[in-house]
Amino acid sequence: MSKAAERNLLEVENLWVKFPTRSGVFDAVRGISFSLGRERLGIVGESGSGKSMTGRAILRLIRPPGIVRADRIALAGENLMLLSERQMRSVRGQRISMIMQDPKFSLNPVMRVGEQISEAYRLHADTSRAAAKQKSLEMLEAVKIRDPERVYTLFPHEVSGGMGQRIMIAMMMIPDPKILIADEPTSALDVSVQMQVLEIMDKLVKDRGMGLIFISHDLNLVSAFCDRVLIMYAGRVVETCRADRLHEATHPYTRGLLNSLPRLDAPVERLEVLKRDPAWRNEDSISGQT
Amino acid sequence: MSGIRIENLNVWFGEHEARVDAVKAASLAVPKGGSFGLVGESGSGKSTILRALTGLVPTWNGRMEVLGQPLGKKRDRGFYRSVQMVFQDPYASLHPRHSVDQVLGETLSLHGFRDIDERISKLLDDVGLGDAFRFRYPHQLSGGQRQRVAVARALAPEPEILLLDEPTSALDVSVQAEILNLLSDLRKEHNLTYLMVSHNLAVVGHLCTDIAVMQLGEIVETLSVEKMRAQQTSHPYTRHLLASSLGAIKTSQPQE
Repeated sequence: MSKAAERNLLEVENLWVKFPTRSGVFDAVRGISFSLGRERLGIVGESGSGKSMTGRAILRLIRPPGIVRADRIALAGENLMLLSERQMRSVRGQRISMIMQDPKFSLNPVMRVGEQISEAYRLHADTSRAAAKQKSLEMLEAVKIRDPERVYTLFPHEVSGGMGQRIMIAMMMIPDPKILIADEPTSALDVSVQMQVLEIMDKLVKDRGMGLIFISHDLNLVSAFCDRVLIMYAGRVVETCRADRLHEATHPYTRGLLNSLPRLDAPVERLEVLKRDPAWRNEDSISGQT
Repeated sequence: MSGIRIENLNVWFGEHEARVDAVKAASLAVPKGGSFGLVGESGSGKSTILRALTGLVPTWNGRMEVLGQPLGKKRDRGFYRSVQMVFQDPYASLHPRHSVDQVLGETLSLHGFRDIDERISKLLDDVGLGDAFRFRYPHQLSGGQRQRVAVARALAPEPEILLLDEPTSALDVSVQAEILNLLSDLRKEHNLTYLMVSHNLAVVGHLCTDIAVMQLGEIVETLSVEKMRAQQTSHPYTRHLLASSLGAIKTSQPQE
């Protein structure tokens, strides 16, 4: 194994996601490769660009008839493509976990939030109920929830969106995974709450030396929050760059996306509308490997 | 003449102990042909003002006027002809089993139009879709196309005022640009008055000339977009909102 492979937590090579339809096979992700170290990797693109499918494919969360093909999806050197469904279950949550967009749909509505967090912990660690509760309360405190004892006993409908998302983060972090995949974790939240949730996630990821895959459509957010960015279009990676250099991106698609954002400091009469070049579809995918 | 005039509007939900005051003593005025934005975080009461205006919330007091007419508890057909609303989520606001033709046709016939056929073509043309989309169902349309249909439906009764409730927040940025351009074109063509709700200051700044900032049910500050751009704000909450939006913008400046 090369040096780079040792340093990288995750390596994805030539990943395809296909959905057979009545009118032929639809390729949602078309042969992308990237690696993830102890960093914050952003994946941006519009809806339908395949960014969420990439995240799901890594965790093998794509159900038949969807097909996932890859030369290799290596987690710390171990090829996930070769694991059985049963082995895969011990990867999900424990080694790679995922935060979805809307806490309203990802929390169990008829179970107290604290019990859901404890359950997540007990599923992966062999401990007593009391110890799990203790650990859950600590975790709730770590995601900056005031009065964790009270929140522990609440039902999901009794918490706000921002709090719900922090509870999700607590639940996903409690088994101490190495990689966190966050799929639009703040899109359902207010601007002011957004930053708070991101800060909490950022701190936890940094403190634990984790790798983060941050999937978002928000260019500004990704540019401010991530270390490296992959820009996806039509199932391929069209450009990859350092996040703070995103605004020097050269691909016409990335430029088009950047220019279509209204800006407070630079008012324009008409916003630029993205003109799609059919050639972008057929360009080769850029490798996001380091 | 004023387009929309709201004075001392209070809106509440629930009774007695469970009462929540969603909007407290809000006042605003939009001149005819103007465009006004309401910003604030969720729960600040900005959408509730729109809903109270359209008559979707019965529990309010204060004074609301539209095109010089004071509003009572009941709205007549003339009101709905002159005031229309575009909702946030085009995936939820179109009937999944009605084609575009049915959606627009129903609205037109409800408002007593006769030449429905020509009007549908005209409406689809206005929002940049064209006749090819006429017999499609919502699931055969993209998010941006759906929002165009929702805008066409709102335009059907030839309104003078459009209430826009986060019209682009469910859309991609590239599609957002298209819809924002469409909305500013339509405003010019049809001399519409806009009252828009959004949490995105940049979007409001693009489409509106004046904004009101809401927090916890109260309008804390009303100012022009120029003043906001120049950061001449007086309320700390506006400054906070502005700082979080400008923070995003600062990073978007290319590095010299």
